[in-house]
Amino acid sequence: MNYSIPFNTILIKEIYRFIRIWPQTLLPPAISTALYFLIFGKLIGDRIGTINGASYMDYIVPGVILMSVISHSYANVVSSFYSTKFQHNIEELLVAPVPNWVILAGYVSGGIMRGLLVGVVVASISMLFAALAIKHVLITLSIAVLTATLFSLAGFINALLAESFDAISIIPNFVLTPLSYLGGVFYSVAMLPDIWQVISMGNPILYMVNAFRYGLIGVTDVDIQLAFMMTGGFIIIMTLFSLYLLHKGTGIKN
Amino acid sequence: MNALSIRNLRKTYHNGFEALKGINLDVETGDFFALLGPNGAGKSTAIGIISSLVNATSGSVSIFGHDLKHERDKAKSCLGLVPQEVNFNQFDTVKSILLNQAGFYGIPRKLALQRTEQCLKQMDLWDRRDTVSRRLSGGMKRRVMIARAMVHAPKLLILDEPTAGVDIEIRRSMWKMMQEVNQQGTTIILTTHYLEEAESLCRNIAIIDQGQLVENTSMAGLLARLHIDHFVLDLAEPLKAAPAIDGYQIELVGDKTLNVAVPKEKGLNPLFNQLTLQNIQVISLKNKSNRLEQLFMDLVDTKAAGLQPCFNPQPTSSVG
Repeated sequence: MNYSIPFNTILIKEIYRFIRIWPQTLLPPAISTALYFLIFGKLIGDRIGTINGASYMDYIVPGVILMSVISHSYANVVSSFYSTKFQHNIEELLVAPVPNWVILAGYVSGGIMRGLLVGVVVASISMLFAALAIKHVLITLSIAVLTATLFSLAGFINALLAESFDAISIIPNFVLTPLSYLGGVFYSVAMLPDIWQVISMGNPILYMVNAFRYGLIGVTDVDIQLAFMMTGGFIIIMTLFSLYLLHKGTGIKN
Repeated sequence: MNALSIRNLRKTYHNGFEALKGINLDVETGDFFALLGPNGAGKSTAIGIISSLVNATSGSVSIFGHDLKHERDKAKSCLGLVPQEVNFNQFDTVKSILLNQAGFYGIPRKLALQRTEQCLKQMDLWDRRDTVSRRLSGGMKRRVMIARAMVHAPKLLILDEPTAGVDIEIRRSMWKMMQEVNQQGTTIILTTHYLEEAESLCRNIAIIDQGQLVENTSMAGLLARLHIDHFVLDLAEPLKAAPAIDGYQIELVGDKTLNVAVPKEKGLNPLFNQLTLQNIQVISLKNKSNRLEQLFMDLVDTKAAGLQPCFNPQPTSSVG
């Protein structure tokens, strides 16, 4: 069987879904990030000066873009797949000859597309406040895609395991948001006391934000190779775990 | 070749409930087959396993010779499912529901568009193709699910209570559609609580109760085993007590209505002769209940209570 057809069907369905509800999916990040740039970057940033040789506005732009990519790739998959499960539409896929890896690839690709599209929207908004020049195109694009992949997978696992709508908001609110804010989006970890620097190094989002920042403006607090290895490692682990859950039918069968 | 072969199918849920206790069942190609049973008997679990919505504990399922475990894609491609509950995305249009389903089955877009048009026309839904599905009536939603199940031209169609909750007019039109689909060569397995539906549509029947197959035979064979018919007689004049007639059980249920149990070997003529002799005039008569319903209740009740049924019992067939 040609699996590209079911894969494309899931992907197009997902893209159509988030574009159809663009006031919920694409507009809010444009408004909230414009406010970040205005308040943090412009009003407060002018008083902060430079970090690692970059103006504060230039410093926060990569982090804000990647934070949007993270939250929207996650949100897309968790809400779409959980709704599919909740309304029993998932049965359409389970009855059909669609392998688990195609289901996973379709939904995760949908999450990546939304994450990247929101990233482009936020990057466009940031150009109103800062001159965006990409220093390392390949690093910038690859870390954005890998980050979107990782958090789409995380959203997929959350949706599989969730048994209520509350359960799909717990991780974004109580895990993702704190990790993002503490992931060096608005500051350099070098500014923290030693103990908090060590603790921050346990936050995977810190590595992704810094790798993306390095790609955009050439400034980083962490080793770029380590950032790629860590992101890739998490992707492999989460892919295998997602496939295991699908194979067992966790949350979708019985 | 059998459309469906089930061997020693067992399912025990995590809470320890044994929903299926080793079911064996064959459904022939081209059959219109009734799978009946009371609520909680194991029908939905069996259908869930056949359609890959439930994992079996043990046993095997093969669809048109393709084992569901080892030739998963081929087996699934032969199957279409119309579930009990509406399970399509209610925000999608009717057309996109079918096109997506075709895509899941790997059907190229051009062919998917043709099949979608064909199925929607067959279900009399073509005019509604661009309607968002949540705006459809209950009967239309049921027809969308049948059209969706047929978009990949399955050789085996499972209809899980397709007419539940629809009015009699829609039910009759759906019966006609199901018969047409069957006549075109699609094997149909039907579960329903409307036993009249099973009796008039299906050629063969299996009854599941408490996770076991308690009957698996032809519809005609099963009905032939019924040796008592129940009739309701409407009388011209009121009676004070039920007449006593040898060989018949008669009950007065209203001053002008009699319920009569008629043994098949005696027939109705002696009854009418006796009633005429007693100056009781009958103005109309009707079957008290659906014949299959009577057998079904006997099978399920007697099995549960360990009693003998009131018809001529036969052992379930070799696959039971």
